[in-house]
This record gives sequence, structure tokens and C-alpha cells, in this order.
Amino acid sequence: MAASDEASRPFAGLSDVSISDDIAVEGDISVPVGPSARRDDEFSTLDEPVRETVLRDLRAVGKKFVHVLYPKRSAALLRDWDLWGPLLLCVTLALLLQGGAADSDYQGGPQFAEVFVIVWFGSIIITLNSKLLGGTISFFQSLCVLGYCILPLTAAMAVCRIVLVAGSGPVSFAVRLAVVTASFGWSTFASTAFLADSQPANRKALVVYPVFLFYFVIGWMVLTFSPSQ
Amino acid sequence: MASPHDLHFQEFEQAAELLSADPGASTLSVPASNTVSTAGDGGQDVRLELSEDEEDREESSELLAGQKAAGGFWTFEYYQSFFNVDTVQVLDRLKGSVMPLPGRNFIKNHLRSNPDLYGPFWICVTLVFSVVISGNLSTFLSEMGNPSYHFRPQFHRAVTVAAVVIFMYAWLVPVALWGFLSWRQGAERQIGGYSFLETVCVYGYSLFIYIPTSVLWIIPFEWLRWTLILVAMGISGSVLVLTFWPVVRGDTKWMSVATLAAIVALHALLAVGCKMYFFQTAVHVPTPTPSPPPLHMAAATTPRH
Repeated sequence: MAASDEASRPFAGLSDVSISDDIAVEGDISVPVGPSARRDDEFSTLDEPVRETVLRDLRAVGKKFVHVLYPKRSAALLRDWDLWGPLLLCVTLALLLQGGAADSDYQGGPQFAEVFVIVWFGSIIITLNSKLLGGTISFFQSLCVLGYCILPLTAAMAVCRIVLVAGSGPVSFAVRLAVVTASFGWSTFASTAFLADSQPANRKALVVYPVFLFYFVIGWMVLTFSPSQ
Repeated sequence: MASPHDLHFQEFEQAAELLSADPGASTLSVPASNTVSTAGDGGQDVRLELSEDEEDREESSELLAGQKAAGGFWTFEYYQSFFNVDTVQVLDRLKGSVMPLPGRNFIKNHLRSNPDLYGPFWICVTLVFSVVISGNLSTFLSEMGNPSYHFRPQFHRAVTVAAVVIFMYAWLVPVALWGFLSWRQGAERQIGGYSFLETVCVYGYSLFIYIPTSVLWIIPFEWLRWTLILVAMGISGSVLVLTFWPVVRGDTKWMSVATLAAIVALHALLAVGCKMYFFQTAVHVPTPTPSPPPLHMAAATTPRH
């Protein structure tokens, strides 16, 4: 009883109010969710030109590229993850690794599907590994980070192809080796900078090692690419 | 042997609390330790490295002797229990796999009822890539002076073959061995028998020594390669033998010797097979003749075909 008294006290004044039957009880009960500006945006993104839609996503991807190139501990890559960037990089890398020896039996480089399988399957396995070890990062965030950090190796592949146009002697090999080693180190460092925080402290090395192996294998594929002659 | 530094004293207090709360609870006795833990003796027990999973354990689990599998096999936690290792533990197990000291049993000393799948899986993956990459390198180096040779890595085929062979070895042989040992022991699985996961674990870690061996195989001297094979086989073979000897010892003499010989033979077969398939030395003389001999010696072609 005391509780009901407590509850009814704020509404004590209402007991005297009576609603006459003349007044029509009607109105608009729709409650705007969030800032009303958002509803305007929803309609306007339908009407905006396609170029703007595409450019918005491209800008987001480009911003993440910059984060990879200058890896410092920022949450942008993790918070707004997307898989466009990794897809773009994977396709670029696979295309650059084409054009090996034209001989159908013996190829100078991996096939397109092979690069795809190694990159995506490898990323999935590493993500599963880090989650099984108790990591707090989500599945797609980890895929996003691993995919974006292939950017230095893709850049190295482009440089390698340019160098190979000039020649394929030991000098070019030394240059390619230096470039691939530097970009492999960069990739590993960038991805561990993003992933390290989400792992329990006594298992960091267990999570970093597969990432190291992953980029090492991709770097090896980049380094051993030999063009058709 | 358990040193005082290995004991986790936080768990000791927790275990003592739990045991005093329920003195009838069954406890896990670790034979390798000096003190024997008995049920109902609250506060006096010594427990080594028990995780929270083992507080309500069921010993009927087939895969994990003495460790409860959290949840059913369709839950994520079930698989997470196989990865319950820290960096120092993995390093310690790697060290134990390359140092077969007589009297030290890998499973009893290093696994201590916490077998993991992290080590075997990543050691196998690393071994696959190290064998393939070293094979590529050694072929490249041996053909470097030959102008008519064109480096064709054939990565995908080599990786596929290596992965299939190594993973099949690391999984099928422990299955067969575990099944065989369980059959020989009949119903006495708990006494001296190893669980399936422990068998897989010891086999996975025993492959670790082949990783540096495969890297050293790049050096193009045949005698060195065979010496390395013998050394690696000796070390990891003896780790396996020392691990399985206590289990096999109870059997008839002929059978136990045959089992151990089969273990070592299969191990040797893997090493020799990898060497012969991926590391072929040039059997030709690299002379710049006008008619180039068919030198399409990609790393995956074998002369025995």
C-alpha cells in the first residue's frame, strides 16, 4: 500500500482531472528516432548521384589506406571496418602477379585463384586463431586489418614489376629483395600495431607469429615472381 | 619435474576453498609431482596449473583425459579449450621436443594434462612452407650458374603436396597409434594410456625439429643433408620413443619393439620423403651446350616418375 501511495504521489493532481467526451483524443504519436536530420539524409542518399555514393566509400577506403601507411594506434580501422579495401588490394595483387611465363604447364607465378585463396583463407585462419586464443577483436575487424595491411606488399609488387622491366639480373634481384623485405616488415608492424591491443598479454607472440608467417608467404610470392620471357 | 616456480599459487587458494566447500569432490592426481593429492583433504592438496575448466570435470570425455571439454562440440568454447596455452608454455613445449632426456616424458613433463592444438597446427603449417620455400631456394641455387634454366617456382603444386603429406602424417598417424594402443590396453585407458589429443600434440611438437633442418637443407652438400636427417630423426624419434615407451612397456616384448620401430620408421619416412621430393640435386653437368637438355626442373618434378 505504501508503495502505491509512493507511486501515485507524482500523479496526485491528476485524480481530479476528468476528460470530457467532447474533446477528441487524437494526435500524431510518431516519435522521431534520433536527430531528424537523419531521415532527410536517408532520402537524399537515394537521390544523390552514383558518383557521390562511390566516392564516399572510396574516401573511407582511402582514409584507411593512410592509416596503414602511418600506423599508429588508432581505432578508425577497427571501428569502421569494411572489406572493400582488402578486396581491392587482393585483386590488384593477384592481377600484378599474373603475366608469368606464358607456358601453360609451368608458370612463373601463381594463378589468380591461388592468390585469392592464400590471402582470404590465410586471413580467416589467422582470425580464428586469434579468437580461439582469447582475443577480443571481432571476426570481420580482424579480416579488415589483415587485408588492409597487405597494402605495402602490393606497392612492393608494383615496384618489383617496374624493376623487372628494366632487367632481371642480380642487381634487380637485390633491389627487389630490399623492397620486399622492407614492405614485409612494414605490413607485419602495421598489423600488429592494430591487433596487439585486443590480445591477452601473455599470448601476444602466439598471435603475432601467424601474421608474420602470412606476410612472409605473400612476400615470398612477390619476390619469386618471374616474368615471361 | 615441477619446480616451485611452476606452481600457480592463486589457483592453490581457490582450489583449497573449493575443496573445503566440497570435500567429496574428486581431485586430479598428477603422477609426476612429488605430492599426491587425495580427495577430502582440504587445504593440503597441491594442484599444478589447473584452469577453471577443470573444477567440474567429467572423466568420461574420450578426447581429453582428465580435462573437461567445455560445452558440446558445436560451441566455440569447446575449441577454445584446445588453445588454452600461453607463450611461455608453447616455448617450453618446443624446447622439450628437441631435448630428449632419458626419463623425461614429453607428455607427463611438458603437456601436464593441458594438450593444445595451437602447437601442432602452426608447426605443421610452418613446416609446409619452410620445406617448399627451402626447396625452391635450393633448386634455384643449384641452377644459378645455368643460363638455360628458368626459375619456375611452381608454388601452388608444391604447397598442396607438402600440406597434404604433412597434415596427413600429423593427424592420421596419431589416430592410428592411439587406436592401436587403446586396443592393446583394452579397458585400462586411464592407466598409462594417452588421450587422443595428447598423442596428436606430441606428434605435432615432434615435427618442430624438421623446420630448422629443412632450412639447413638449402646448403647443397649431400652428405650434410643426410647427416642432418639422421640428427633430426634421432632427436625427434627419441622424443617419441621416450614418450611412448611407458605405455608400450606393458605389452609383450615383441609387440612393444615392433610398435616403437613402426613409430620411428614412419617418422624417418616423412623426413626422407620430404628431402627427396623437394630437394633434388642437379644430376646433370651444367655445360652451355647448343642443344639445351630438357631442364624443366621445377621444384616439383621428380626423377622417379
